[in-house]
Amino acid sequence: MIDPPRVELWAILPVLILFGGALLALLGAAFARRATQAPFALFTLAVLAAAAASALWLWDREPVTVLGGMASVDRLAVVATLVLCGIGAFGAYLGFHYFEADEFRRNEFYALLLFALGGMALLVAAADLIIVFLAIEVLSLSLYVLTALTFRRGPTEAAMKYFLLGAFASAFLLYGVAMSYGAAATTSIQGLARALAGTTGSQPLALVGALLLLVGLGFKVSLVPFHMWTPDVYLGAPSPVTAFMSAATKAAVFVALVRVLDVAFVALQWDLAPAIAALSALSMVVGSVLAIAQRDVKRMLAYSAVAQAGFILSAFVEPGRDGIAAALFYLITYGAAALGAFGVVMLISGGIHEQTGFDRFRGLGRSQPVLAVLLTIFLLSLAGIPPTAGFAAKVLVFGAATTAGYWPLVLIGALASVAGAFFYLRVVALMAMREPEGEDIADPAPLPRLVLAVPAAMVVVLGIVPGVIVPLLQEAGVLTW
Amino acid sequence: MDSMPWLTLVIVAPLVGLPVLLLWRSITDEAARWVGLAAALIAFAVSIGMLADFETGEAGFQMVSKHPWVESVGLSWFVGVDGFSIWLVMVTTFMFPIAIAASWKVDYQVRRYMTMALFLETVIIGAFLSLDLLLFFLFFEALLFPMYYIIGVWGSKRRIYAATKFLLYTMFGSAFLLVGILWLYVESGKQLGSATFDLTALEQLDLSTGVGRWLFLAFFIGFAVKVPVWPLHTWLPDAHTEAPTKGSVVLAAILLKTGPYGMLRFNLDLFPEASRYFATAIMVLAVIGIIYGAIVAMMQTDIKRLIAYSSVSHMGLIVLGIFAFSAESMDGAVLQMVNHGLSTGMLFLVFGMLYERTHTREIADLGGIVQITPWLAGAYVIAMLSSIGLPGLNNFVGEFLVLLGTFSVDRVLASIAIMGVILSAVYMLWSYQRTFQGSLKERWGTLPDLSWREGAIVAPIVVAMLWIGLHPAPVLERLRPTSERVSEQVRTVQVGEPVEPLVEASATTGEEAP
Repeated sequence: MIDPPRVELWAILPVLILFGGALLALLGAAFARRATQAPFALFTLAVLAAAAASALWLWDREPVTVLGGMASVDRLAVVATLVLCGIGAFGAYLGFHYFEADEFRRNEFYALLLFALGGMALLVAAADLIIVFLAIEVLSLSLYVLTALTFRRGPTEAAMKYFLLGAFASAFLLYGVAMSYGAAATTSIQGLARALAGTTGSQPLALVGALLLLVGLGFKVSLVPFHMWTPDVYLGAPSPVTAFMSAATKAAVFVALVRVLDVAFVALQWDLAPAIAALSALSMVVGSVLAIAQRDVKRMLAYSAVAQAGFILSAFVEPGRDGIAAALFYLITYGAAALGAFGVVMLISGGIHEQTGFDRFRGLGRSQPVLAVLLTIFLLSLAGIPPTAGFAAKVLVFGAATTAGYWPLVLIGALASVAGAFFYLRVVALMAMREPEGEDIADPAPLPRLVLAVPAAMVVVLGIVPGVIVPLLQEAGVLTW
Repeated sequence: MDSMPWLTLVIVAPLVGLPVLLLWRSITDEAARWVGLAAALIAFAVSIGMLADFETGEAGFQMVSKHPWVESVGLSWFVGVDGFSIWLVMVTTFMFPIAIAASWKVDYQVRRYMTMALFLETVIIGAFLSLDLLLFFLFFEALLFPMYYIIGVWGSKRRIYAATKFLLYTMFGSAFLLVGILWLYVESGKQLGSATFDLTALEQLDLSTGVGRWLFLAFFIGFAVKVPVWPLHTWLPDAHTEAPTKGSVVLAAILLKTGPYGMLRFNLDLFPEASRYFATAIMVLAVIGIIYGAIVAMMQTDIKRLIAYSSVSHMGLIVLGIFAFSAESMDGAVLQMVNHGLSTGMLFLVFGMLYERTHTREIADLGGIVQITPWLAGAYVIAMLSSIGLPGLNNFVGEFLVLLGTFSVDRVLASIAIMGVILSAVYMLWSYQRTFQGSLKERWGTLPDLSWREGAIVAPIVVAMLWIGLHPAPVLERLRPTSERVSEQVRTVQVGEPVEPLVEASATTGEEAP
């Protein structure tokens, strides 16, 4: 007799809360089209707080796989969910502030944001490649729509591009799942790990599957050569969406990558590590070099996101606890810095006007000292200059890569950081060392500045005392299977 | 350690000014200047306390304090001072209040200027005192941004170009340094059981000859850019020239010293075999730098550029002294680091005062100024004579020791290096003659002479110069045991042989080998 699968819904409570909140927000947006945004924003924040609380409640549980092997309850998922909820809260606030200035109400924004977050929370808890695919589709579809949310020409074009290329990447992902199934007769992440560690799996087929999955997931985190969409989409999307997308997508998909590379295909580590290293080096170099050529801050940050994906990936050549902890730490600091940087850019560029050319930033240190200082902190962290968290993050991921013996990769990364320092600090130079020109269209509201000071403080505090979260992340990096 | 935690105190002392500067947004410029000066003076006072507690005749690290910082990765707050670092810290805390007082006339964003200056002082002192490689690297990297910002915001015309060049060159070097540090870290995990950045633990690693040499090069590139060793020096003239007076003083007097200090502390300690192996090549580079810097300095028409190239020449002499490995030459090298800080710092200061009056850096625009500003000219003469190495002033002692120590090791290189000393007299005296002597130009008829404030800024440096020049014993007797220890440690290693792990490196005293 077949046992009916046990339904342990408590294990995916954060995901359920997020999706439930999303549905309610969608209904609300449909029935109250002309309503003010504020209730929606508050509702979103409440949902995120509930999701985060339910995730915390799962922290002390024994790591198990539930729902017929579909979802994992472990500390990796908890940490990632908390990070995602945090990013989501800032994204929601930035969106609220941004769309206040728009002539149309965009109350669907909150529903879509929650759907995307639900997909991401599912992704970080995925225990089966099918769930990985499903979650990626949920979050991607929400992001496509979010990108086009202002109905202007630029965003629509960007969304179209994102969608077409994204569909292509999904095909790769699905093909990788199929290959993996062919190799081990299972799509379960732990099942794959067991099959490949033993003799039941076909290694060559699994290798093809793993590489295809790497392509599919690499597209989402914009690794070179799958990064083509990034500059256009980051530039075209409304700034708060870009901020949310750059921070949250990376966090979620890299955690999924941890499960795929460090659990499912860990037996193939020796074959996969060179490919990972190559992708990482390419992303760091190409991203940094192309960022130098940009004359628009949003585009520059988009290329920098490509380079940052390379830095994070360099920790994956070391599949153990320290590599995972390093990647997580990097994701958190990158999330804070990217969110903050795009947030400040949103305020400086005059919100929906989206004037993000370099000229807009000239002499900002004098006319907008608070914004200039905030942006400087975020850029220093992205550039990895102490005492910001970006420095600690780089040391951690490079340390992990050196442990695995990949010191040339570290050298390439460190040299790419030099190029990085050049283009990040060029913006600082524009703000602090040039005279202002043209009228100042920066948003004068004080509250967003206060809100953005939170990630700035995080970046500085984590830079000085990274020890407050590193042990937690190391615990999260212990994966049992 | 039951005494005061002097080292931690001296590192954080400049930061006492930061809360005031950061939080009091409507602070007047005048108040901000006083806050900056007060914080720098507090740091100086604390460093005097440190010096008083320093035990003469001790070769190893003193006042060591070690606290885990990020335990999970092996980073610790591990600071200690020995004969090398004590004087570099002293010159830092000594020159900073002077540099801040010298930039009293800065009136653009004074609050930020002082914030950056104090932050810079903290990280430089931190770099000199760290005995944990990652902690050192953190400080070493953290000094980039404030310096970049000071050059870029308050510099002269091509300031952004110069600031960026400074930043990129230095970061390029530290990329290699980072790889080297991480390599040692991973190696320590394999050999010692737990990965650490602790210098005294890493000294005991058993590295193969090849690995040791590669790591030596990685570290060396990182420091050579900062020194700067020829041919990596091209950022320096730009940075020195475009920086504001205070920036030039800090760059020349203090910041450049992190390079040779790093070689002395890390390259020699961690890779003695490789140090021996590469010594001749590095000494050749150093001598090229001495001569090249001097010749190029002669051809400059811009006084700041001239002083900058003279720095390239002088820093070559310091590197020469380090890699000659004799106790005398190391004494001389460290003493030269201090001396170069004083004399070049003072040259930049005095020239800065002249620049405030004339707003030109071109030698051709000046001339005959001695007639109306005798005190200013006098101050310049003292700095210049010190820089040339006149007996009785500080540089003489240092240069003599370096050349003496080098001569016993390599006569040819020492002889060529002496040429550089002679050339320095040529370009310095010539610049003085063209700037201060000759016929006075009409437009400079009303230049004021040194004010009391300016005199008070210059006077302490002159006293320090004379003190080191006439009575260097207090400096040398604290320096000597450490030089002997390091020299001994490097010289006992044979090139091509694997290095014996040093059991108690910090406790060995400098007894002469038979």
